[in-house]
Amino acid sequence: MKYVVAFGRFWWNFIVGDDWRVAAGLAVAFAGTWTLTHHGVNAWWLLPIAVVLLLVGSVLREARSGGA
Amino acid sequence: MSSNILLFLGTFLASAVEAVEALTIVLAVGVVRGWRSTLLGVAAASVVLAAIIAALGPALQRIPISTLRLVVGALLLTFGLQWLRKAILRAGGYKPLHDEAAAFASGRAEAGSAATPAGRTDWYSFTVAFKGVLLEGLEVAFIVIGFGSAQGKLGLAIGAAAAAVVVVVAVGLVVRGPLERVPENTLKFVVGVLLTSFGIFWGGEGAGVEWPGSDAAILAAVALVGILSVALTQALRRRRQAASPAEVRA
Repeated sequence: MKYVVAFGRFWWNFIVGDDWRVAAGLAVAFAGTWTLTHHGVNAWWLLPIAVVLLLVGSVLREARSGGA
Repeated sequence: MSSNILLFLGTFLASAVEAVEALTIVLAVGVVRGWRSTLLGVAAASVVLAAIIAALGPALQRIPISTLRLVVGALLLTFGLQWLRKAILRAGGYKPLHDEAAAFASGRAEAGSAATPAGRTDWYSFTVAFKGVLLEGLEVAFIVIGFGSAQGKLGLAIGAAAAAVVVVVAVGLVVRGPLERVPENTLKFVVGVLLTSFGIFWGGEGAGVEWPGSDAAILAAVALVGILSVALTQALRRRRQAASPAEVRA
């Protein structure tokens, strides 16, 4: 069991990393882009805006907590 | 053409950064405990990484290109934002810089204090070298597969990664020590910008977006992410300075 947990933790850290909110935000942004484009809206602007907001939010959160 | 150059640059720099870290681990173990088992560990990890690329690369090319670009774009974006976030926090003074000399010294001390082998194969050296090369190489393998398959240029991506490893190992052999003068955080910063930009572009295409300006949108994405990252770094430095001016001056 502990090997399964360690294996899962490795992939979580590998894909998601230190800030799960960034990965969750990207998932929402991709879902939003896909939905809009498949309803006739060329939502090319959504991913860049999401990246700006997520990066700024994640960096400032870490800085406010004083860093590692 | 410009996307090929960016693809080569992104894969080369990402591979070079990880190769520097892997080389530090291998050197620390090899110098203290001998080279035979250490190099066996390096060879075994290289075989595993090559097998992952050989198995996943062609398999991914059978997936429809829009699905592939969506998945690869999402993966590159998560990797890119992780690299960029760490590089910005390090450049802004909120995380310590990665110190290859300290990592080498600590790896050397650990290798020296571990039990000596009873048989011919030193499993400590083998395992540490194997793990070091495999873990540092895994992210590179995904970047190579991602860049290569999404753009249909797997050969170019593999060539860029191989060139980076050859350059780092050659320089390591010449200086006979860890590569402490490599501006690792700057490289990570650049790689983070490139991975994030390609992630935006391919992820958007995979989701059905038509980019204004077509392929030129990659350059616009690089400019946007680059300017944002530099601005964030400057803002963090100012914030740090305002919080503790004496400490920053020191």
